[in-house]
Amino acid sequence: MNTPNTLPYPQGNAFYSTLRKRYLTATIWQSLFLGSLLIAIIVLMALIYNVIDGAFGYIAYEYKNSPSEFTATAPNELTKEELLVILKDNLSRGAYNKLDEEQTMETRSQSDLLNLFFERLVRLDTKQTWSMTESLSKGAEIQAEVAEKYPDAVLEFRSWLTPQFLTAPMSSRAEFAGVRTAVLGSLWLVGIAIAFALPIGTGAAIYLQEYAPKNWFTSIVQTNINNLAGVPSIVYGMLGLAVFVRVMESFTSGAMFGVTDSNGRTILSAGLTMGILVLPLIIINAQEAIKAVPDSLRQAAFGVGATRWQTIWHHVLPNALPGIMTGSILALSRALGETAPLIVVGASTFISLDPDGPFSKFTALPIQIYQWTTRAQSEFHAIAASAIIVLLILLLTLNATAILLRNRFQRRW
Amino acid sequence: MENTNYAIETNNLSIHYGNFTAVKGVNMKVERQKITAIIGPSGCGKSTLLRAFNRMNDFVPSCHVTGELLLDNQNLYGKNVDPVEVRRKIGMVFQKPNPFPKSIYENIAWGARINGFKGKMDELVEQSLRSAALWDEVKDKLQQSAYALSGGQQQRLCIARTIAIQPEIILMDEPASALDPISTLRIEELMQELKKNYTILIVTHNMQQAARASDYTAMMMIDDQRAGGVIEFDDTKAIFTRPKDKRTEDYVTGRFG
Repeated sequence: MNTPNTLPYPQGNAFYSTLRKRYLTATIWQSLFLGSLLIAIIVLMALIYNVIDGAFGYIAYEYKNSPSEFTATAPNELTKEELLVILKDNLSRGAYNKLDEEQTMETRSQSDLLNLFFERLVRLDTKQTWSMTESLSKGAEIQAEVAEKYPDAVLEFRSWLTPQFLTAPMSSRAEFAGVRTAVLGSLWLVGIAIAFALPIGTGAAIYLQEYAPKNWFTSIVQTNINNLAGVPSIVYGMLGLAVFVRVMESFTSGAMFGVTDSNGRTILSAGLTMGILVLPLIIINAQEAIKAVPDSLRQAAFGVGATRWQTIWHHVLPNALPGIMTGSILALSRALGETAPLIVVGASTFISLDPDGPFSKFTALPIQIYQWTTRAQSEFHAIAASAIIVLLILLLTLNATAILLRNRFQRRW
Repeated sequence: MENTNYAIETNNLSIHYGNFTAVKGVNMKVERQKITAIIGPSGCGKSTLLRAFNRMNDFVPSCHVTGELLLDNQNLYGKNVDPVEVRRKIGMVFQKPNPFPKSIYENIAWGARINGFKGKMDELVEQSLRSAALWDEVKDKLQQSAYALSGGQQQRLCIARTIAIQPEIILMDEPASALDPISTLRIEELMQELKKNYTILIVTHNMQQAARASDYTAMMMIDDQRAGGVIEFDDTKAIFTRPKDKRTEDYVTGRFG
């Protein structure tokens, strides 16, 4: 080449050696990034494995009383009426009345009653449970162990996550406990939280982005909103306890609306607390979405004589909506998984009654999981694992719904 | 109709950003149904001045205007004047085509609807698109996205959108700067058509465009305090053939700028 080499750049072999070094650096960084991704994947896999490991496995149990002591037919084939009679005849009057008080016996389903039959009369007694890994890898040893230790026990491979687990209410016996009450509680909770926080958060974001003058006051407000997003959730729980449970008790207990059998520890208090917890999250996301709407669009609207409100309503909001929805998806996930504020606000740890309105007592999935993991018996750990799977599926379903909704709104031109 | 020939006048109009004066002491009388071009080097305040005509600068928080802007003897910066009304009377076409992310039809109908148009919308859309020389190209795809149009078509759609609200004056802020020469030419031809009914005020950095397309030209330049001002305002022909100001001469002959 004839180009003059006047500037001190490496030439020829020197150039190729620097180039090799540059490629080497690039390769090192690329593998580090790949490594980070692999670590993240491994951690997630471990999490999922851990949960699934707990939710399936061998269980060894004995019947305290044989089903044949109560009925000649196979228990599964008993009708609702037959079960009612058996329960009434064999349970003590006090126990029967207590159950009847929780939920009128006649209105319970056949599978509910069948559960009661096994729980209260046959008295299934779990001797031991094993995790999925143990069950699969040491099946023979477990069988031998059971045969030796509990000669009368039945050993079976059980999936703790069953349709019945989803539909059954809470029970003091892990084998019969279900998450229906908790799932419904969680849905109510998230519903109230989003219904409260989405309009308020979006409104606040619109005001901050489109109306508020840029001065020291708004910048203080802005900084505080950003900081509030990082406040520990237990602090929101304390706030909810003080404000919603105590100060606003006549509202949150429903006394104002004629509900008498309740105090402030209702699903409404918890929902509002969650709403406040996710409010900064929604405001920040909505602000970002509104900021991303190009200014040229606002100018176009103003240019044809639109008022500020017409510009916001017809152009800024529709274009920011997908982003606002993304924010509410994040908020929803957060509200569904929070545990600490619910404990403070007063979630019931044992409740078998479905929530039937904003003034009900309630429990939620994370509370249930927390409760079960603190129990000593291993069968409760198994249903905790199952409840975690339910929580994850619920989370995915709600998020998928929100994403579908978002895509519907998002009409690309 | 006023009996004066002027559509809009400025009286010692100055535009300030905080303590900084961006445009100083502009006195212009813009003639009706003519095209008036504002030219000058980058950063001399051409766009700032143009945006003052329909109070678009109101959205810049630190910006304030002194002096008078007179439309039909009313100061548009007076206390009782609503900027929405000003923009209803004085439409604007922007530098980059900015159609709404809606259908072609809706781009025109929206402005009319929010301003309370009571006539037949289909007719208005057709008439506006015809006036903007766009009808034949889009008549079969009115419900399609405005974003599917080419840059030049989008800009003509923006002009149609402005015409649809029937302003008295149309402001154009370098309307062809983002377009290719053929689209530019079509916009210029369109301007000649539009001046039969509208007063047009256009900012351009393209001197040939000003010379070709405008009837009057205002030359802007910044002074030693970096404040822009109109240094010469005359017949376009006069500005380009026998400028009175030495700086204008240097600029239009390409010796500077």
